[in-house]
Amino acid sequence: MPNNTTDTGTPERIFIKGNEAIAHGALAAGCRCYFGYPITPQNDIPEMMSYALPDAGGEFVQAESEVASANMLLGAAAAGIRALTSSSSPGISLMQEAISYMAGSELPGVIVNMNRGGPGLGDIGPSQGDYFQSVKGGGHGDYKLLVLAPATCQECYDMMVEAFDLAFKYRNPVMVLGDAIVGQMKEPVTPWKPAAVAGTEAADWRLEGARGRKPRLLKSLFLEDGALAGQNRHLQAKYADMQAEARAECFLTDDAELIVVAYGSIGRIAKSAIRKLRAQGHKVGLVRPQTLFPFPGPLLRGLAEQGKRFLTIEHNCGQMVEDVRLSIRGIVDSAFYGHMPGEMPGSDDFLAPILDAMGGK
Amino acid sequence: MALYQDVIMAGFGGQGVMLIGNLLAYAGMNAGLNVTYIPVYGPEMRGGTANCTVVVSDEDIGSPIIQRPKSLIVMNQPSLDKFQPRLEDGGVQVLNTSLVDASQAEARVRTVCVPANDIADKLGNTKMANMVALGAYVRATGVVDLDVVKKSLGSVISAHYSHLIPKNADALQAGFDHAG
Repeated sequence: MPNNTTDTGTPERIFIKGNEAIAHGALAAGCRCYFGYPITPQNDIPEMMSYALPDAGGEFVQAESEVASANMLLGAAAAGIRALTSSSSPGISLMQEAISYMAGSELPGVIVNMNRGGPGLGDIGPSQGDYFQSVKGGGHGDYKLLVLAPATCQECYDMMVEAFDLAFKYRNPVMVLGDAIVGQMKEPVTPWKPAAVAGTEAADWRLEGARGRKPRLLKSLFLEDGALAGQNRHLQAKYADMQAEARAECFLTDDAELIVVAYGSIGRIAKSAIRKLRAQGHKVGLVRPQTLFPFPGPLLRGLAEQGKRFLTIEHNCGQMVEDVRLSIRGIVDSAFYGHMPGEMPGSDDFLAPILDAMGGK
Repeated sequence: MALYQDVIMAGFGGQGVMLIGNLLAYAGMNAGLNVTYIPVYGPEMRGGTANCTVVVSDEDIGSPIIQRPKSLIVMNQPSLDKFQPRLEDGGVQVLNTSLVDASQAEARVRTVCVPANDIADKLGNTKMANMVALGAYVRATGVVDLDVVKKSLGSVISAHYSHLIPKNADALQAGFDHAG
């Protein structure tokens, strides 16, 4: 919780962009290495890290490419260092090989994706087109990232602190998935520092020189008979354990007949539409997943069992809706409204789709 | 009823609409409210108008992007053409009548006219037209106290230009007085 207060006892707030909040949060979490290559709309993150990280005793490297950035992240993680890379959609695609290797070798690191329009180079505006890439793997093999989805600048800060802790808790890469809206907008943020930044969590596996002890091996290649199957069973058990971290914001769900499911910036824009419709007497509520993997499926299923209907709203052509449908399968279906990437969404755009879904269409 | 106000501020690049957007947002924050500020993306950035959106509320803020705003600050003619049709019925717009044709103001909205460039010229610097317009806006909407806006000037004007803060405070006051 926030622990810096002014004389009046009010927590002090700073007015910053979501991208800057990402950088502030990383520093509060004890991040000691940043590697990255510039791309809009997330350049405020490396800009701030380039001067703030050396001041904090860390290292900033502008790499020659995203491929190099991700492999540097892997290397720092292998040494047990809290490290970060950030990019936006096309750059994140280039990082997928190293991310798969990190997942396979169980290396903790934090990757920020400020989602922009795609496919290809797309545009520099907001989009949620990278949901599948973020939560279903992205690279090769059966692996999962923990994926956190901030909707406010404060959440950008808070989720960075959380991301580093989760990465080391599970020895797994963690992705923070924002978009050009939450990255570029400014809000007041209350900075805070975690009570303690653990420094020893990597002590029994990190590579820091084998003097006086047995050598350690970090790898994702398992050729011995049965070894890969054993590793995959271990990883799948770990991913199942992660379900305990699932979290969502519920807004006016208790008496709602229709539940809108939307994440990140789209979640908060949907909240405005819901407020407008509530004022007209429509019983609609919101579930905004804050973790995309693990997905808050049990929460949605519980609401489905109460007889509620569902509408998934995304800034893409239909991705998270598949996870919503899986969560409530056998009980009810979810309608879908996709706002087209390349067009800026506003709450008025969601009114008609919500009313349509309330009418059971 | 919860306190809620949203505004789109628009003008030519260089008129300082982003600066007064930030200033209003800082003032809202310093008044203990929730605020969002977003420079709005879109083709209008390619040569037409520069604009930003600010939301001030005592509740948590949903959308930072506003399609039908409750208020406008219109610094030039293209911005009136673009944003007046979007203004909510009964909304309020502050027009910089030094550069905007006030006869085009629609009757369905409340219009506050302020010759911001002319007033700023009299104060000694035409660049302060943005401050004059914001002062008028604060009077027209009462969204925050003018004193809080003045006290927030130090947050948006860099230390190198801090000697200009009193002048900018005068410009805010002049716009406020004109709208009275």
